[in-house]
Amino acid sequence: MSTHNGHAVDEKSEARGHVLTLVALLFLTVVTVGASYIDFGQGNVVIALLIATVKATLVSLFFMHLAHDKPVNGLIAVAGFIFLGLFLMFDLIDVTSRRDPNPQVLHPAAVQTATPPAAPAGAAPAAKKE
Amino acid sequence: MSSSTVDVAHNPHGEGPESDPHFQHHFTTMEQQFDTSKIGMWLFLVTEVLTFGGLFVGFGLMQNRYPQEFVEAHEHLQRLAGAGNTVVLLFSSFTMVMAVLAAKTNQGAKCARYLWLTIGCACIFMCVKAYEYNHKFEEGLLPGRFYHHTGDLIAGSHGYATFFSFYFMMTGLHGLHVVIGAVLMIWLAIRAKRGEFNENYYTPVDLVGLFWHLVDLVWIYLFPLYYLIS
Repeated sequence: MSTHNGHAVDEKSEARGHVLTLVALLFLTVVTVGASYIDFGQGNVVIALLIATVKATLVSLFFMHLAHDKPVNGLIAVAGFIFLGLFLMFDLIDVTSRRDPNPQVLHPAAVQTATPPAAPAGAAPAAKKE
Repeated sequence: MSSSTVDVAHNPHGEGPESDPHFQHHFTTMEQQFDTSKIGMWLFLVTEVLTFGGLFVGFGLMQNRYPQEFVEAHEHLQRLAGAGNTVVLLFSSFTMVMAVLAAKTNQGAKCARYLWLTIGCACIFMCVKAYEYNHKFEEGLLPGRFYHHTGDLIAGSHGYATFFSFYFMMTGLHGLHVVIGAVLMIWLAIRAKRGEFNENYYTPVDLVGLFWHLVDLVWIYLFPLYYLIS
């Protein structure tokens, strides 16, 4: 809400809104820390990212005023995340469709299981220096 | 554009925008000037999102490549320190938004007080960060070729050093933003105390506020990805 458009700012109600947003954010932080102690397998990542996204939405809508702001600012913000999504999408396509050209170099862990532990321990740091 | 009637309509005091010392001649109204600045700030914030986004995507790809190493490396991070810093940053976002509210309701002294509170939060955040970094330095949990921690489960794997390269790059870049934000807020607090902001002109407070919330936003994703996922 801007004073420039002539509307008076209702300070009390706006402050109350900010307090509520803060309480919600702190509550979600407790939830996300709590959830991390429970093993959901792959679900942990999804839960953590979901809660983070809810928190990010709360921050951008209320602390960054997007909920009451001129739509153009929200449009710019959303566009930014769409481009980030595009970036992530093409990266994932690349990673999932490409065969690892040299698994021995990229996955010393895989070599580890096949050879005695002493050999790769000495070999890997030497290889790293190139 | 000569729309003096519009100017008068948009100014609560019924004066032309020229009466405001902050009014720049290439704008029609103070409102237009404010909106323009804000659009510029949002465009900048998008570039910030993409900067950090690139690092997040890279982190995701490397986590996919070294899943075991990343889980093991993440155990070296102190969950409590991360959670504490999350609370500090969320609270600082709240004090920042209250500073903006105080600025646009003509309460300069109150705005300055909220800004100093926010700066205090930034200092606490950086102190916790310094404590965490120090702990990593002592254990040899360093980025790239500086990594010399012993006793890893998969000896010789590059995964650990990769994890800490991302950790220091991302939290370091984020920390740099915290410091920049705090410096900007010191400048704002001094100006607010002098009574330079009012309902017609509080653009700097509003824009630094947006920047500060973005710093908070980045941490909202950094915290679970680094400290919580196992």
